[in-house]
Amino acid sequence: MVQDRYDVVVIGAGPAGSVAARFAAENGASVLMLERDREPGIPVRCAEGVSHNGITPFIDVDQRWIASRIDVAKLHSPNGETANMHNNGLGYVLERRVFDTALCELAAKHGAHLITKADALDLVWKDGKITGVKYKYSGEIRKVKCDIVIGADGVESRVGRWAGIKTVVRLEDIDTCAQYTLTDIDIEKDTCEFYFGTKVSPGGYIWIFPKSDNTANVGIGLSGHLSHPKGPKEYLDEFVQRRFPEAKITYTMYGGVPTAATLDEIVKDNIMLVGDAARQVNPITGGGVVQAMIAGSIAGKVAAQAVKEKRFDKKFLKEYRKEWNKRLGKTQKTMFLMKEKFMNMNDERFNRIVEFCQKIPRDKFSLKTLFTEAVKGDPKLMIDVAKAFVVSKIKMK
Amino acid sequence: MKINRDLCDICGSCVAVCPADAIVVSEFIVDIDNEKCTNCLNCLKVCPIKAIEEGE
Ligand SMILES: Cc1cc2nc3c(=O)[nH]c(=O)nc-3n(C[C@H](O)[C@H](O)[C@H](O)COP(=O)(O)OP(=O)(O)OC[C@H]3O[C@@H](n4cnc5c(N)ncnc54)[C@H](O)[C@@H]3O)c2cc1C
Repeated sequence: MVQDRYDVVVIGAGPAGSVAARFAAENGASVLMLERDREPGIPVRCAEGVSHNGITPFIDVDQRWIASRIDVAKLHSPNGETANMHNNGLGYVLERRVFDTALCELAAKHGAHLITKADALDLVWKDGKITGVKYKYSGEIRKVKCDIVIGADGVESRVGRWAGIKTVVRLEDIDTCAQYTLTDIDIEKDTCEFYFGTKVSPGGYIWIFPKSDNTANVGIGLSGHLSHPKGPKEYLDEFVQRRFPEAKITYTMYGGVPTAATLDEIVKDNIMLVGDAARQVNPITGGGVVQAMIAGSIAGKVAAQAVKEKRFDKKFLKEYRKEWNKRLGKTQKTMFLMKEKFMNMNDERFNRIVEFCQKIPRDKFSLKTLFTEAVKGDPKLMIDVAKAFVVSKIKMK
Repeated sequence: MKINRDLCDICGSCVAVCPADAIVVSEFIVDIDNEKCTNCLNCLKVCPIKAIEEGE
């Protein structure tokens, strides 16, 4: 039964929202999650790559939502050279459809309520304060009262805007993406592949994330300011035609990744923003699942504490920002600066980086050694390599 | 701005780059409010499937 009042209302049941709901509920708050779609996790708009270390603080690994285990990252330079990274830590390609639902089940287990097909339309205000959420359910407009709103409504977020937060991103700070799930293709099940180059994927990269030994998510992200008039679909089609001419497509999807710096304002009186809504994606890899979960866990805990102390003001909720800054703030900032460089890198530089990577002995080729080695050899190259941090896609998430 | 509904995948990328808060996504549809729209063309440029055109 849905009540007409909760301590916390979470808008959006992706990884950010469900983890926030779970931590708020686990720490004693009453929580309602509103999800617009019929089911959390669909439609999947994700390449589904995450690191083992990234997700396991939040959920026990369950074969139900693991498609494949990844040990190798293979980099392709514009001139056709490759380098394999082996020591990047275990990664997974998920079944997000199942994974997102599992996170919701965990939230529910800790006492959070969830309704699907519930589309949040606006905030409810009283005397200049947020006091609830207006939403549409089954064709009916409803209101639910609460002390705290958590906006976890993804890249398309409007919750922040309703609260007067500036959430708009520049064209260069969004990756515009297309992805196919391809079957009947020749790949290695334990290897994620990345293609770089201004002709292949300007300002971004192409990925191949295996879901089985003959199926993979094959997609592309282009920097938003370099995606017109030739867009991600055109580039992806060219690539697929070249690399997998015989492939069959089982799923087609388009999407956007906000590769911006985290918003200046992710907290106001009675409200917090988490995940893509707060622009907390790793700007260089475009990975946002683990970031969303980390942000959600912090915001959920802070919300529960706020409920205990009856403090819903910005000053109190800012604890979330502080903790986020401690956990990931600095990394995200560095990644954002690297991204700005990466976006404008020419093919010659990509070639040099992959060439450099080839020279590192296999057992030494982890990101850390890559950096250390890079500094030792050629300080200038160190910067280039840093820009190519994309290779850490699996690990960083 | 005008959305070609046969192409639109309802991904919401356009909302993120709209400075005017003129775009609304719901489960099955994206809508542009041309009263609010400032014709900056950000949505048209970011759309991964080129589902947005100029015009009302
Ligand atoms: C093509 C592509 C590939 C990607 N690949 C990876 C990858 O390999 N690894 C990785 O870590 N990340 C990847 N990402 C990023 C990742 O998908 C996101 O960062 C992640 O999903 C963010 O989680 P979230 O909970 O913040 O938002 P979402 O997962 O987007 O969830 C937001 C939820 O809010 C709901 N919602 C929105 N508005 C409302 C409303 N008004 N009322 C009710 N509900 C609402 C939506 O329906 C949705 O369910 C990729 C993204 C794209 C587009």
